[in-house]
Amino acid sequence: MAVTTIAGADIHVDDDGFMTEYDEWSEDLAGELARAIGIELTDAHWKVITFLREDYKEQGETATLRRVTTAGGIPTKELFQLFPKKPARKMAYVSGLPKPVGCV
Amino acid sequence: MVKQTKRFIPAGVTKLDEQVARVDTNANTVHLASGEELMYDQLVIATGTSPRPSETPGLEGPEYGRTVHDFYTLEGATNLRDALANFTGGKLVVNLIELPIKCPVAPLEFTFLAESFFAERGMRDQVEITYVTPLEGAFTKPVASKELGDMLDSRKIALEADFYLERVDADEKKLVSYDEREVDYDLLVTVPLNFGADFVAESGLGDELNHVNVDHYTFLANGTDNVFAVGDAANLPTSKAGSVAHFAIDVFTENFLDHIEGRPMTHAFDGHANCYIESGHGKAMLIDFNYTTQPLKGKFPVPGVGPFSLLEETEMNHFGKMMFKWIYWNILLPGKDLPLPAAMSMAGKIEVDA
Repeated sequence: MAVTTIAGADIHVDDDGFMTEYDEWSEDLAGELARAIGIELTDAHWKVITFLREDYKEQGETATLRRVTTAGGIPTKELFQLFPKKPARKMAYVSGLPKPVGCV
Repeated sequence: MVKQTKRFIPAGVTKLDEQVARVDTNANTVHLASGEELMYDQLVIATGTSPRPSETPGLEGPEYGRTVHDFYTLEGATNLRDALANFTGGKLVVNLIELPIKCPVAPLEFTFLAESFFAERGMRDQVEITYVTPLEGAFTKPVASKELGDMLDSRKIALEADFYLERVDADEKKLVSYDEREVDYDLLVTVPLNFGADFVAESGLGDELNHVNVDHYTFLANGTDNVFAVGDAANLPTSKAGSVAHFAIDVFTENFLDHIEGRPMTHAFDGHANCYIESGHGKAMLIDFNYTTQPLKGKFPVPGVGPFSLLEETEMNHFGKMMFKWIYWNILLPGKDLPLPAAMSMAGKIEVDA
């Protein structure tokens, strides 16, 4: 666990750079995190981020792609367009949530 | 491989072969599809998870059982056996569609065994094998993923990672991902999406894949105080594997006996899994892990001695797997004690930074 500074805020992150403290996240921070992985946030991105943040608050774990599609109503195809190549990880990263648990 | 279930049902237990329509957790009632109702004081759901090929566009169709196969049903496995025997060479693609699945090491195990099978037949150079997975690597946890990835490399098996399947084009014989990548095949072996029982969803107890939402340590279904889900039916963040069910039941039994007496449940399941992975050529590897500790190298079950080696291919591990068949039918299924603790142990393991 390490502390890093992004957009003037000290935040706790894991070894892969995922934020570990739900309440340290802010909308400004999301923009910075997105830019760090080459994404410029649009309304469509915010719809995903808002769902992920609220769902995490209720469920206590980061939603899977399937959950964002079935419970959040956002088609999987669109998630791949918004967060190319690794949508599950990138969505969680920008939303300040723990890296999704790879089920084994 | 096929045995009568009758001999595994203990005396004093009534077995009904009926479909469950739904559970009314407010009225403590199970509604059967026949219209009959069963009242309960405590309900334990153990309806597992099942492959559902119909959930993936293009997967089921005239090619299913011909050039497209799965091995999770008796019919699927025997069709695949014949297809492998008649395969004259070309592109063999093994595709894991989405996790969780029952026995998550099975697709890798199949891949290794297929490689060994073609090598023994002297036709390995005529078969191009590709392992296609939605994961970032061969497996989920870093140390095991690297070891298993190296095993794919050394066998010249290509890895297509981060591949999230959108549809199968069975006419053109190709897989198409959501980000429009394509993988061609001549023979496709797929692990379909796994779903829990439909009544779980009907009863409002499940997640998106109909696995019951439970407390990860006691298996009590969320929002209830007398409904539990055990084994693959539960949405635990660990493998859907026989070993997990076995270790989990040890913990569950203690808790359940307390629970029905009105005492608090004091035992917590740690997510312990222990799986052999047959790797072909007369060898196997063994992995041992839980919710918080990934599979590591070391010796098992006696620290420093073994005889089994963790995350390493050995003939002794393969021998262990063969012996396990007998243990499974004669000790595990009848519920006899296996002298292995339910909780995972770090003894004999080599810790790494990963």
